[in-house]
Amino acid sequence: MEADAIHELTAAYALDALDEHDEREYEEHLARCPHCRAELTSLTETATSLAYGVESPTPPPALRARIIEQARSERPNVVPLRPAWRSWPAAVAAVAAAAAIGLGIWASSLSNSLDRARSARDQQERILSIVSDPAARHFSLSGAHGTLVVSRTGAAALLLSNLGHAPPGKTYEAWVIQNRSPLRAGTFTSAAAFRLTRPVPDHAIVAVTIERHGGVDAPTGKPITAAQA
Amino acid sequence: MPRDLAHLSDEALVALVARSDEVALGELYDRFGRVAYGLARRILRDDALAEDAVQEGFLAAWRSASRFVPERAKASTWLLTLVHRRAVDLVRREERRRTEMLEARDEAAGGPADEAVWLRFERERVQEALARLPDQQREAIELAYYGGFTQSELAKRLGQPVGTIKSRMFTGLSRLRELLAEPEAEGRERWKPTPSTS
Repeated sequence: MEADAIHELTAAYALDALDEHDEREYEEHLARCPHCRAELTSLTETATSLAYGVESPTPPPALRARIIEQARSERPNVVPLRPAWRSWPAAVAAVAAAAAIGLGIWASSLSNSLDRARSARDQQERILSIVSDPAARHFSLSGAHGTLVVSRTGAAALLLSNLGHAPPGKTYEAWVIQNRSPLRAGTFTSAAAFRLTRPVPDHAIVAVTIERHGGVDAPTGKPITAAQA
Repeated sequence: MPRDLAHLSDEALVALVARSDEVALGELYDRFGRVAYGLARRILRDDALAEDAVQEGFLAAWRSASRFVPERAKASTWLLTLVHRRAVDLVRREERRRTEMLEARDEAAGGPADEAVWLRFERERVQEALARLPDQQREAIELAYYGGFTQSELAKRLGQPVGTIKSRMFTGLSRLRELLAEPEAEGRERWKPTPSTS
């Protein structure tokens, strides 16, 4: 298809109106054409405004519950929403409380508009549910002072002491490595405790590297600390 | 623990959804579930199928939130695009409904009794902009977006070359973009009834 003709497909693509063959061809073109990418961003915005052009009756209330329930069942790290405070053995509670003291300085690399205090509290809750799990396993980190805690479900947290703030423009990035292939497990710039964004299977290696701000898809340097589960 | 996320931006909610935060997913649903449902109903002409499309769209968002790129789309656009895609996939398997759509006119102009004011305002604004498009461009856009027809299906149905349909969509959508960008008060005076030729 000649160049002008394929630029014009941007509108049909934004309207979800391309046939399969044209859609593939257009997507290949899109990868090479910054002009079309910019145009698509803009025309998709316009096409989506059509969604507001029709009447929107209230959806059945059960729909919301169904979506949340289904999402929860697909969640990678299933942690209880509310830690079972009363069921903790005293010793575990003491350990968890000690860890929680350091949690106040947790800061995420979430977008700037996020309410950090709220997400920190949420993160804190999830970390508490991991470290308070009496069946959780603890592994010492090499290269830094700290512990990897893995709960029964595989949900995992790193408890770190004296790691310090990431260098300017850089972030810490955690990895779960299995069969030599590292998978992203979240970024943080300064933390006493960090909850990994993916579960840690038995015998997997957890490592932390320093990466450019925002994180990368594959580690670029040597781990500053690591542990094997 | 119930959390109030009302003060967060849509984009911040998606960042939380990427971290498997279902409370944030619920908040996104509270903001856009209704529009999504209205859109899916319009496309599918069936309440149960519309629910399926909304559910699949939101779950697609849940699964792919980590790949959301704020520079490429607003969070609401991204979400509604996912729902639209699911609805269109479903309607393409339901040929009969699309034929009905060709004849069906919109429901009563008043809108649902419990419709939020801003939704009614937005609906009227979009409908007015659509009404100002040349008929053939409006037809191509409506049948594509609300009817789920591909451009070659439309070419066959309307008895036109695919190139013509493609141009109508492109010119029409570009024109709609201009119309929607016009400030409300001046819109009508500034508008001249010549279709743009980009």
